[in-house]
Amino acid sequence: MAGLKFWRKKDQAADQAVAVEPEVIESKEVLETQIPVADVITPQELVKVELPKRNLSKGFKAVFSRIKFDVENLEELEDVLIQADFGVTASETIVSEVKAMAKKSGAKTESELKGILTELLTQKLSRTDASLNLDSGTQPYVILVVGVNGAGKTTTIGKLANYLVEGGAKVTLGAADTFRAAAVEQLETWASRSGSEIVKPVSEGQDPAAVAYETVERAIANGSDVLIIDTAGRLQNKQGLMDELGKIRRVIEKQLPISEVLLVLDSTTGQNAMTQAKAFTEVASVTGIALTKLDGSAKGGIVYAIQDQLNIPVKLVGVGEGINDFGFFDAKEFAIGLVGEN
Amino acid sequence: MFGNLSDRLVETFKGLRAKGKLSAADIDATLREIRKALLDADVALEVVKTFIAAVRERALGDEVSKALNPAQQVVQIVQEELIVILGGEARRIQFAKNPPTVIMLAGLQGSGKTTLAGKLAKWLKDQGQTPLLVACDLQRPNAVNQLQVIGERVGVPVFAPEVGNGKGNPVSVAKDSIKHAKQKQYSVVIVDTAGRLGVDEELMKQANDIRKATDPDEVLFVIDSMIGQDAVNVAKAFEDGVGITGVVLTKLDGDARGGAALSVAQVTGKPILFSSTGEGMDAFEPFYPDRMASRILDMGDILTLIEQAQKSFDEQEALVMAEKMAKDAFTLEDFLDQMQQLRKMGSLKSMLSMMPGAGKLKGQLDNIDEKEIDHTEAIIRAMTPKERRDPKILNGSRRLRIAKGSGMTVTDVNSVVNRFEQAAKMMKVMAKGGNPGIPGMPQGMGAMPRPQVKKDKGKKKAKSGNPAKRAAEISGIEPPKQGNSGSAFGLGG
Ligand SMILES: Nc1nc2c(ncn2[C@@H]2O[C@H](COP(=O)(O)OP(=O)(O)O)[C@@H](O)[C@H]2O)c(=O)[nH]1
Ligand SMILES: [Mg+2]
Repeated sequence: MAGLKFWRKKDQAADQAVAVEPEVIESKEVLETQIPVADVITPQELVKVELPKRNLSKGFKAVFSRIKFDVENLEELEDVLIQADFGVTASETIVSEVKAMAKKSGAKTESELKGILTELLTQKLSRTDASLNLDSGTQPYVILVVGVNGAGKTTTIGKLANYLVEGGAKVTLGAADTFRAAAVEQLETWASRSGSEIVKPVSEGQDPAAVAYETVERAIANGSDVLIIDTAGRLQNKQGLMDELGKIRRVIEKQLPISEVLLVLDSTTGQNAMTQAKAFTEVASVTGIALTKLDGSAKGGIVYAIQDQLNIPVKLVGVGEGINDFGFFDAKEFAIGLVGEN
Repeated sequence: MFGNLSDRLVETFKGLRAKGKLSAADIDATLREIRKALLDADVALEVVKTFIAAVRERALGDEVSKALNPAQQVVQIVQEELIVILGGEARRIQFAKNPPTVIMLAGLQGSGKTTLAGKLAKWLKDQGQTPLLVACDLQRPNAVNQLQVIGERVGVPVFAPEVGNGKGNPVSVAKDSIKHAKQKQYSVVIVDTAGRLGVDEELMKQANDIRKATDPDEVLFVIDSMIGQDAVNVAKAFEDGVGITGVVLTKLDGDARGGAALSVAQVTGKPILFSSTGEGMDAFEPFYPDRMASRILDMGDILTLIEQAQKSFDEQEALVMAEKMAKDAFTLEDFLDQMQQLRKMGSLKSMLSMMPGAGKLKGQLDNIDEKEIDHTEAIIRAMTPKERRDPKILNGSRRLRIAKGSGMTVTDVNSVVNRFEQAAKMMKVMAKGGNPGIPGMPQGMGAMPRPQVKKDKGKKKAKSGNPAKRAAEISGIEPPKQGNSGSAFGLGG
C-alpha cells in the first residue's frame, strides 16, 4: 500500500566513506563495482527503515454531503464529480459504472449508493506501486522533482527531506532551479529546516544539469542515503525548457539510476494537469505524482484520469505549508474524503 | 484525445448545413458540444449552466432561424456572450487623485504574485511612474529575497523591513510602506502579499487587514490560468474576504485553455485587467476578452489572424482572386501567388497555430515544412508562363525539364501538379458558394465562427472595406466539409 519502501544497506555510511574517493567523478567502472546493483543485494544486507506513520488530517474534504443520490437520476452525481475536476469523460464513466453496480446489487438508499461509489473510487485508485521506491540498494537513491511554476516542488522537497532525516537518513538536496529569483535561497532555508545538505550553483543561472551532476557527486562522496534534486518550474509547452529537463535526467543517470521522478501537481489545477502529466512523462519518465495544496477547497479529481490513462501513481500529497504537512496518498482516504463517511 | 471544439462542431454541423434551418434538437446537440468544450476548458460548472441557458434562449430566437447559416450563428452567439462576460473593453488601472496610488496583490499560493509585482512595477516605471515594491509575503521561505532580486532587476526600490520566513507582521509592514512612500514621494505602491487559501479564515482576515491598512486603489486578484473548477470558490472567497477590484490572469503562455477567466469574471463581476505571459519582466499585457473567448473555445486567435492578414493581404489581389474563382480561371501562377501571400502572412506554423480548427491538424502541423513551400515555388518557377497558365500541356518531357530546372524529381513535379488540380477544384466549389477555406490557406482550417455573409447576386463589390475581412467574406469562411479535410496544397498532409 501507500507509503515508503525505504531500505538501507547495513553498514552503508562506513562503506561509502571508504569506497568512494573524492576525486572519482565520472568513472562508471568504479561506481559499478563499489555501489552494488539491486539484484546482487540480498535482503539480509538491507535493513528496512521504519519511518513514522503519516496520515492526513487536513486533506480531502467531502463534497458529496449536499447532494441527494437517486438511482434513476445520477446527474447530480456527475455534476459533483465534474466540480471535483474529474473531467467530463471520467465523470460520465464513473456515473454509468455506479448505475450498473447499483442495479446489480439492488442498491436503493442514499447510503448504499455512497458505499458503492466509495468502493468504486477506492478500487480504481488503488495501486500496488503507490509507495516511494527507495529500496533498490543502489544508494544514494535519487529523487528528481519536476513540475510547472508554483506547483509546490521546493516545498514538497523540504517536507520529504525532513521526513527522511527524521527517519535517520542522510539527505542531500540539489538546487538545480538556477533560474527563478531566490529559488536557491528558498531551498537553502528548507535544507536547514530539515537538516539536509545542499549543493548550490556556483553562479547565478548556472546550467542546472551541472548542478545536478555535482549534487550526485557530492551525495556519493558524503555517503548520503537519498538525494533530491529541485528543478525550475517550467510550462510543459516550452520545448527548450523541457529539453533541458531531459538533459538533467541524462546527466544524473550517467552516475546513478534515478529512483523516483516526482511530478508535482497543484490540486487546484484543472484539465491542464493531464497535459502536464503527459509532457513531463515524455521527457522525464515520471514515476509518481505529488499532489499538493489539498488543504484548500480543490479536490484534485484529475489525478483519477491521469492514473487511469497514463498509468502514473499518485504517491504523495501536500496539505499545507508547514514542514509536516504532507502524507502518502491513500486511495481509500481520498475516496472517503470525496464521498464522505457513510 | 477528444479533438477540439471546432473539430467536433464541424462534425455536428455536418448535414445541418444542407437543411439551412435548425430545430431545437439541433441547437441542443450543438450546445452539448459547447458545454463539453467549456468544461474541458475548466469553466466552472455553475457558470457553464447559466451560460448555456442564455445562449439557448438566444439561439432559439429569431436571429438564428433567419440566419443564412444557422449553425454558425449559434457559435457566433456563443462567442459574443463569452466576450460580454469576459468584459468587453479592457479596463485600465485606476490611479489615485492624490498619489501614491496603492495596488495590492492577492491570490492563492503559487499563482504568480511576486513575479507579477515585478512586471507591474516595470510597466509603470516605463510609463514614467515612480513605483515602490512592498514585501508583505513574510510567509513563504525567501519570498522577500525574491522580491528584492526582482526589484533590482527592474530597477525599482523594494520596501522590506522584515526578512520574512514566518517572522514579522505583514499588516504593519503594509502600513509603514504607505508612510514611507508618502515621505519619499513614490507615485505608486505595489504590495506583494503571501499566497493564501480561500478556506483559510485567519489568513483571509489578515489580507483584509492589509487592505484596511493601505486603503488600496486597486486590489488585484492574481489567478493561475491553469486552475480548474475550484476557481469559483476561490474567487468568491477573495471577493467576500478581501474585496477585489480587478483580476490578473497568469501563466497564459502555457497551453491551458483558461476557462477560469470566465468563471472568475462571472462570479465576481470584476474586470480582468492584465494577462501575464512568461517569466521575463516584459511578459505582461492588457487582457483581450475577444482573444480569450477564442482561446477558451479553442477556436484559434481569430483577431490576431485577421490582423496579420490585414498587413499582407492586398485588396486588389483579393478582388482579382475572387473574380478568377468566379470565372474558374485559377492557374498555377495564382497558386504560386497564394503561396507567397501565405509566406508574407508570417511563418506558416505560427499561422496555423492561430487558425481555427488547428486542433485537428496538430499532427500535420508538425509535419508541415516551410521547405515544402520552397520546393513548390522552385518547381512552379521552373515552368514557362504558358505552362503555368495551362498546366494541361505538361507532358512527360516538359515535366522532366521542370524537374531538372528546379533541382527536384519528376515525382515532386507530379505531386505539385496534383495538388494544384485539387486546389483548383476546390476553388470552383468555393466560388459556387460551397467553400472550404481562405484562398491560399491550407484547406481544413477555415472553420471561423462567423456568420455566413450574404452574397448579393450581381453585386460586384464585396461588402467590407477591410481587405482581409473582404477576402474572408469572399471565401465565405465556413467549417470545411468532411472528406475535404486534407490540405489542398498538400502541405504536410
Ligand atoms: N496551502 C498549501 N500551500 C502549498 C503547498 N505546497 C506548496 N505550497 C505553497 O505554494 C507556493 C509555491 O510553492 P513552491 O514550493 O515555491 O513551488 P515551486 O515553484 O513548484 O517550487 C508557496 O507559497 C508554497 O508555500 C500545500 O500543500 N498547501
Ligand atoms: Mg521552486
